[in-house]
Amino acid sequence: MKFFHLTWSNLKRKKLRTVLTLLSILVAFVLYGFLCAIKQALTGGVSMAGADRLVVRHKVSIIQLLPQSYEARMERIPGVSAAVHQTWFGGIFQDPKNFFPNMAVEPEKFMAMFQDFVLQPAEKEAWLKTRTGAVVGRGTAKRFGWKIGDRIPITSPIWGQPPNQPNWEFDIVGIFDGATKGTDTSQLFFRYDYFDEARRGGKGQVGWYTLRIQDPNRAAEVAKRIDEEFANSPFETKTEPEGAFAQAFAAQIGNIGAILIAVVSAVFFTILLVAGNTMAQAVRERTEELAVLKAMGFTNSLVLVLVLAESCLIAGTGGGLGLGLAWLATSAGNPLPGLLPVFYIPPFDLAIGLALVAALGIIAGIFPALQAMRLQIAVALRRGA
Amino acid sequence: MSNDNGVLVKVNNVEKVFRRGSEEIHVLTGLSLEVPSGDFLALMGPSGSGKSTLLNLIGGLDRPTAGSVSIGGERIDQMGDRALAAWRARHVGLVFQFYNLLPVLTAERNVELPLLLTHLSKADRRKHVEAALNVVGLSHRTKHYPRTLSGGEQQRVGIARAIVTDPTILLCDEPTGDLDRKSGDEILSLLQALNREHGKTIVMVTHDPHASGRAKRTVYLDKGRLSSMKPE
Repeated sequence: MKFFHLTWSNLKRKKLRTVLTLLSILVAFVLYGFLCAIKQALTGGVSMAGADRLVVRHKVSIIQLLPQSYEARMERIPGVSAAVHQTWFGGIFQDPKNFFPNMAVEPEKFMAMFQDFVLQPAEKEAWLKTRTGAVVGRGTAKRFGWKIGDRIPITSPIWGQPPNQPNWEFDIVGIFDGATKGTDTSQLFFRYDYFDEARRGGKGQVGWYTLRIQDPNRAAEVAKRIDEEFANSPFETKTEPEGAFAQAFAAQIGNIGAILIAVVSAVFFTILLVAGNTMAQAVRERTEELAVLKAMGFTNSLVLVLVLAESCLIAGTGGGLGLGLAWLATSAGNPLPGLLPVFYIPPFDLAIGLALVAALGIIAGIFPALQAMRLQIAVALRRGA
Repeated sequence: MSNDNGVLVKVNNVEKVFRRGSEEIHVLTGLSLEVPSGDFLALMGPSGSGKSTLLNLIGGLDRPTAGSVSIGGERIDQMGDRALAAWRARHVGLVFQFYNLLPVLTAERNVELPLLLTHLSKADRRKHVEAALNVVGLSHRTKHYPRTLSGGEQQRVGIARAIVTDPTILLCDEPTGDLDRKSGDEILSLLQALNREHGKTIVMVTHDPHASGRAKRTVYLDKGRLSSMKPE
């Protein structure tokens, strides 16, 4: 600690250069934080996926429907303990830009399958009693200012209007929260029986199934059996683990992980050059001063540590502030609730960010520090004189 | 710290060779020198005669190509880098021609630097710094940065930094070389006082006969060899 003042004072030597370097590091880590939050939003489904859940969809595409009668047949297949279906509604509230996911489901079975959606018992009961009832996630309820008891009009370009009504109308009977921070609370679920009765086409058909299996280690075997069960029918299936399904869904945008790594690598390489150059310049300018310190009795290793500490202090201040700002900004709220279901920096990514800060400080400082360590006192002093 | 004969510095048959590409430059050739404890020795000689190189060898800033350097009976030419750094911190105070203060630190922080290598508490370090700045007559300029001090004052800070650890020997490389006559005189008076009143052993490199006149004795260097007579 007694050397901190020396390190800090050296940073104040060229204030503008230090501030610019700090800012460039800060911006890089703000960017890193935001990219992590976006990656989490787009791939969060993968990490939230249950290991004991399979998703069954039409073999051709997810937009092709499957018969509702498959549900009972799937539940009879050995290894399957429950099956629930969902149907994409594609509903719009007031304006197409107000996008949020909305699906028709069977309430009781759905809530039993997806326990990450936390609904109060009274709300759950109300949903079972109300045919036009819908439950909505806290995120979307907050976004549109919906509360329990509201009747909301929704139009659906996919399913058209229900008979004798200009819109679909749903009564909000519950608002669910996520069991974990990463749970998507942007969705709305309403009753399949109401939907199936009121829709004009596709009656008796559903979008996809989610199955709970008894033994996750036998997932591949069970998936194969399901697909075999419906092979050579007009509605052949493709069964995969929920994680793989979510991964494939996210991959429609592209390989998000690879994009993130490419952008972050490019940014970090640039920042490494900036910070490394700053440190190299700082050491070059101070050759004589470093020689004087060594002449006083500062050991080679102490000089190495002092230069590294300087580099780490720049990286730590800039990177720490950058990560802090990114964390504050992502904690403040989701800027695109329609597009990104969740928006936060996962703790693991935050830890990786801190490791990157430390790595940046060490890598940027190590060569100038070694140069300072190897400095020959007499030669450096002679050069100065 | 001197040996039995009162000799503090013993340079014995030292050679120093620098290499510049394939060329070998013999800076010191078979040089021997003894400096008694409490001496104030001026080293004079033309440029390139090896004065600063000799001073560096005595201060453990460089190593001889051959021969030995003993200070207080310790062979510093045989010490490892770490031990030599620790030895310098304990026994050597250095005063430079261009002061070599850290511009980002105040006078008191500059003086404190060598004390950072000791186990003294912050309060004790402060006491030592105050005492050293008091000795050089700068106790009223403690918070000033080097750029706000005159050359003479900067050199006083340099001397305070050199004496703050109470070293065995003070090595001064052209301490008045960058000062006007008046400031130079003040610095020389200060060095004389340190020698007379505080018993500091001082070895001073200088070009200036006026400065060497303030030393107890003067030796001359010419082409890497010592002489008690001024070379022609």
